[in-house]
Amino acid sequence: MTQVPPILRVEDLKVHFPTGRGGFGRRGAIRAVDGVSFSIARGKTLALVGESGCGKSTTGFAVLMLQRPTAGRVVFDDVDLCGLDGATLRRARRRLQIVFQDSAASLNPRMPIGDIVAEALDIHGLHPGRARPQRIRRLFDLVGLAGHLVERYPHELSGGQAQRVAICRALAVEPELIVCDEPVSALDVSIQAQIVNLLQDLQRELALTYIFISHDLSVVRHVSDQVAVMYLGKIVELGDKETIYRTPLHPYTKALMSAVPIPDPDLERARQRVILSGDLPNPANPPSGCRFRTRCPIAIAACAETDPPPHAVSAGHWVKCIRVV
Amino acid sequence: MAVALPVAAHDARIAGGIRLASRQFVRNRAATVGLVCLALLCVAATLAPLISPYDPVQIKLSAKLRPPGLEYWLGTDHFGRDIFSRILHGGRVSLSVGLLVVAFAVSIGVPLGLMAGFFGGVVDNVLMRVVDAFLTFPPLLLAVAIVGLLGPDIQNVMIALGIVQAPILARIVRGSTLAVREEVHVTAARALGASPLRIVLSNILRNIMSPIVVQLTIVFAAAVVAEASLSFLGLGTQPPQPSWGRDLSEARRFLADAPWMFLAPTGAIMVCVLSINFVGDGLRDSLDPRSWRTRRRVTARTDDAA
Amino acid sequence: MTAAPLLRVRNLCTEFATDQGVVRAVDGVSFDLADGEVIGLVGESGSGKSVTALSIMRLVPEPPGRVTADEITFDGLDLRRMSEAEAREIRGARIAMIFQDPMKSLNPVLTIGRQLTETLRRHLKLDGQAARRRAVELLDMVGIPSAESRLAAYPHQFSGGMRQRVMIAIALSCNPRLLIADEATTALDVTIQAQIIDLVKRLTRELGTAVIWISHDLGVIAGMCDRVNVMYAGRIAETGPIRELFYRPSHGYTLGLMGSTPRLDGAGQDRLTPIDGLPPNLIDPIPLCPFLPRCRFALDDCRNRPPPDRDVGPQHRASCFADLTGHWRQAAT
Repeated sequence: MTQVPPILRVEDLKVHFPTGRGGFGRRGAIRAVDGVSFSIARGKTLALVGESGCGKSTTGFAVLMLQRPTAGRVVFDDVDLCGLDGATLRRARRRLQIVFQDSAASLNPRMPIGDIVAEALDIHGLHPGRARPQRIRRLFDLVGLAGHLVERYPHELSGGQAQRVAICRALAVEPELIVCDEPVSALDVSIQAQIVNLLQDLQRELALTYIFISHDLSVVRHVSDQVAVMYLGKIVELGDKETIYRTPLHPYTKALMSAVPIPDPDLERARQRVILSGDLPNPANPPSGCRFRTRCPIAIAACAETDPPPHAVSAGHWVKCIRVV
Repeated sequence: MAVALPVAAHDARIAGGIRLASRQFVRNRAATVGLVCLALLCVAATLAPLISPYDPVQIKLSAKLRPPGLEYWLGTDHFGRDIFSRILHGGRVSLSVGLLVVAFAVSIGVPLGLMAGFFGGVVDNVLMRVVDAFLTFPPLLLAVAIVGLLGPDIQNVMIALGIVQAPILARIVRGSTLAVREEVHVTAARALGASPLRIVLSNILRNIMSPIVVQLTIVFAAAVVAEASLSFLGLGTQPPQPSWGRDLSEARRFLADAPWMFLAPTGAIMVCVLSINFVGDGLRDSLDPRSWRTRRRVTARTDDAA
Repeated sequence: MTAAPLLRVRNLCTEFATDQGVVRAVDGVSFDLADGEVIGLVGESGSGKSVTALSIMRLVPEPPGRVTADEITFDGLDLRRMSEAEAREIRGARIAMIFQDPMKSLNPVLTIGRQLTETLRRHLKLDGQAARRRAVELLDMVGIPSAESRLAAYPHQFSGGMRQRVMIAIALSCNPRLLIADEATTALDVTIQAQIIDLVKRLTRELGTAVIWISHDLGVIAGMCDRVNVMYAGRIAETGPIRELFYRPSHGYTLGLMGSTPRLDGAGQDRLTPIDGLPPNLIDPIPLCPFLPRCRFALDDCRNRPPPDRDVGPQHRASCFADLTGHWRQAAT
């Protein structure tokens, strides 16, 4: 059986931010991303989920080289992106795009949105000259924006429209992979649903691969094929969506799932919640061994000794927890 | 086939860009008045040779020290020269100095500040140390020193003032660049594969125009005052060329006998500088993108169209 | 319902004068709140839910705002007629409010001990020592470890969840009859949110405090509330007991909201059903149903007359012409 190689392979990715001298001349570092590995097949969606400070957004930025990784490899279609720079990297960027959480802020406030999309085409020399206006109109159609909005400025758009422009701009360069960094978190629920549907339709129509970064597990259930749960810079569990949602194994994943409210009064009141104690540890000084042990309901003494290695539960599903072996 | 979803057409009642900026500018009465005054001054100065009633350098001792009247609108000076004509011609000098100094400061200060702010690191350090060196000198003294070096001549005045103003502008541009550099749309531009030059021109420069334009009005006003000061000290325009500053200097002796000699150039400088300042204030308020954002779209047509 | 309600609001209207015209943020809201009851105000941005609460608390700046109502009676007092001084007495002591961003409500330059004791001294007239003791008790009650030593800490030294706990402590310090929580957990991580919701539920049950819980999150509302008011364009679209509303929604907007809300268990949803279009501007007067342009169930009646407040179930009313029973399947359990 021939395996189709994944379009993206991330190997042991690390992003450390030096914090300068912490007392007595010691140099600390915030290990925002600390050894993350995953791969994605073409046309699929991998969700990176976790709460604030887990490193999911930093991972997304690092994959795109918008944040230079401290260590590790990002191999996109057999090309190691870490080895590229300058003009070569800029050309390669055409294939990997990003949609940000704050859509309005990601658009140049001084440019009308038609020009913003045109600029994307200019950067890579696509559809020049007379074909340009038609292409822009087609792109607007693709994301559901009315043509007459071409002259509007970003501040004149609603949140949902601004996000559509951002998606339109990303699509303009005909990418293969799009990192969606909390693309719907700032939107009202009814608009959220519009954008989520749009992203799914576009994926089907254009064979796009997504890395979907979100803290909202309910949304992630709708859009993902695979889910990676992150905590303090590491992936603690990774598997396909159904497995993770039906039978989460890592205690953090379980706590996360049990904490998400469901709009169903009977279910909500009957649920057994795993309430985590305490707060997130200081990322500059994470706990030794398993980082989750300080809040884990089933931690034992051995958890403080070493960082648990990934344990394969089944094909494509692994967990980092010594208690789940 | 396109994946089109029906979306309400958002019919914003508020325009963007220049239309919005000018509408907000016009609301500021002081700024509008300032702009009108400035425009009048510029027109008068440009047309000075055509509209001055008399030759500004023509000496006519029989008419000396006449008070303002029908024949000589602003009176005459100690050489019998018509003050009104001198003010008009002096305006040419002052305003052209102002404009040229602005051009000089922009062409040096803006690229310097952009490079320092955008690239940071060693580039920033080196450029800013050079800038700091210039900034340690009191501006007028520095100008005097440069003019002294190059020779008292109106061209050298412009060069000196430009050299004095450029570092100040560079600092401001650098500060604004640093702030805008962190905004999300800059990261978005990088993610698209935009070259650094494109990012600097399209994302950064376009978004720091507001503080730059405001600073330029300050540079303009400062240049007008500095030229007057230098001419007052004898280092700028040489006699008998009309100059507000020089005329002010010569009017000191006749303050008791002919106060109009003093008041005319003072008034001219004041009107010019105040107008520029009001215009600058107006520009600052109307060009600020933050004030755009608060004027968000409010309307949605209830009969929506895809 | 035999006892008089703790809070009675009738025809509350709040307007704001803006450059573009008069914005009607709240447009004729009426509801009751019984002693110890927990009601939810649910809606998206622009629905008027926050402004409703601020109007009741007399926290709306007038001008540019203008609050009118036929009645706002709290525990027998007419809140409309109170002077600012009287309102200040009520706020904090009898009605307490917690907001989304505790950093904005807490004074960054005062220790939290100071902020707690300040409230206690002002409203309960406790002296220094007694206030301090009570403050420690309160911090304990909300689950802040080493409460005594934390009195000297400043707000920025706490995490978001801890700050919100401090806010709850301050809010409940004088044992108010009513607690208003405005998106109190929206900015928190989901595991912290669960902690805070748990805490508020427990404490308000113990103290018998009534709660108005304002949120856009249907899941949070489902777990918290006894009754729900769904708001749209400054009006109450639907109101009812929690199970009635969630299992037999009877307004086009409520149905739309539920259809577009993704669920963790993914029950009954292969694809989200968004609500098309955008919320209305609140400036132009809306003589008909405000949801009409976006409603999938619009009838001819909707285009001709404003919708009536129909009884659709026990204590369950919807401002809608359509009969929407059966449109929402009960989630499979």
